[in-house]
Amino acid sequence: MSWHRKHLLDIESLTREEIQTVLETARAFKAVGERAIKKVPALRGKTVVNLFVEPSTRTRISVELAEQRLSADIINFTAEASSLKKGETLRDTARNLEALNADFIVIRHSASGAPHFLARTIKSSVINAGDGAHEHPTQALLDAFTILENKGRIEGLNVTILGDILYSRVARSNIWALTKLGARVTLCGPATLAPKVFEQMGCRVTHNVEDAIREADIINLLRIQHERQRKSMFPSLGEYESFWSDEGAVGENETRGHDHASRTDQSGCRNRQ
Amino acid sequence: MQRALTRIGHEIAEANDAIEDIVLIGIQRGGVPLAKRLGSILAEILGHALPVGSLDVSMHRDDLDRRMAPDVQPTDITFDVTGKTVVLVDDVLFSGRTIRAAMDALNDFGRPRRIQLAVLIDRGHRDLPIRADFVGKNVPTSLDESVKVHLSEMGNPDEVILRRK
Repeated sequence: MSWHRKHLLDIESLTREEIQTVLETARAFKAVGERAIKKVPALRGKTVVNLFVEPSTRTRISVELAEQRLSADIINFTAEASSLKKGETLRDTARNLEALNADFIVIRHSASGAPHFLARTIKSSVINAGDGAHEHPTQALLDAFTILENKGRIEGLNVTILGDILYSRVARSNIWALTKLGARVTLCGPATLAPKVFEQMGCRVTHNVEDAIREADIINLLRIQHERQRKSMFPSLGEYESFWSDEGAVGENETRGHDHASRTDQSGCRNRQ
Repeated sequence: MQRALTRIGHEIAEANDAIEDIVLIGIQRGGVPLAKRLGSILAEILGHALPVGSLDVSMHRDDLDRRMAPDVQPTDITFDVTGKTVVLVDDVLFSGRTIRAAMDALNDFGRPRRIQLAVLIDRGHRDLPIRADFVGKNVPTSLDESVKVHLSEMGNPDEVILRRK
């Protein structure tokens, strides 16, 4: 088992062993959620602040659920109901949180690098729940865990990530995690959203859906990140839908894919064989 | 080692009238293969199989603050423990903190009628008021020594190694 870090800021800096440590611990912890008494005292007496400056449903709920099951004390801090709306800077918010003696801060923020800034500024451990278009480490770890549960391994699998790669922090974190764990990653999307430059991360980039999913063991579908796109990245939603969506070309081509291809969406919970 | 375990098996059977209510739970990791062996021994003595489970106590340790990433193993208790005589099984009894954590963890699974403790080696130096009911061998040690139990299930020959650190 290998984990000596104080923070979880991104997947890029993690080693394969560290990722495996997290996944193995997750498997054991998953069993806790299946018992009659879904609680262990591991974080008893620890205070966790959930600082969600950007909206979130699934991440926020699952993070809070995990914290409850680990017996931590939780403080929820969302942008709407807070001083951030009144113009307080992240630095001042951070100082306030530090004064609470929080042991952990889980932060989701629209600015890339916000968790890294927090980690440098305050004494608490910082966990990145999504920073701008940069990374979403917990999502990638969850997706990797889902793949492991369904396929038994990640090494050597063909994984295709389909959709808005450019603006997606989920894509970036997934690419890091999957390549570190030995998967063969293919990215696919319109040329504007899946530029060839991503090949530098060690994956194949194609703009042809059939080509991308033909040999795929796993297909990971991404949501169009409207809120992050500054300009129009494709002619119309209708066209995007007919080529890149669930019901469109992907749906048609799905049956031609590998026999046991599984699909996970951004939340990592849908699987079809 | 096998003789000590056989003797412990007989002691467990003798100490407990309600033999149909005995269940064995091995503590990860060293206690798990021992619990399985005891299970076979007791099955022979009593003439019927008894439930054997495994319990991981990493999340109930009192020193999680000081450690990095405990090595979490599976907890596998497929039977009800309420009303049963649970015999916890471990390889080495030392400070007693693992057993305290085990009793804590066991509490989440039900309410045993009683809990007994069987260990292969008791090396002394208890930090807590905890004692074993069944002991394979008492091995007085000093704090600068280590005691490791090797089992053939883990790939080594059955042996207990006492080493000065």
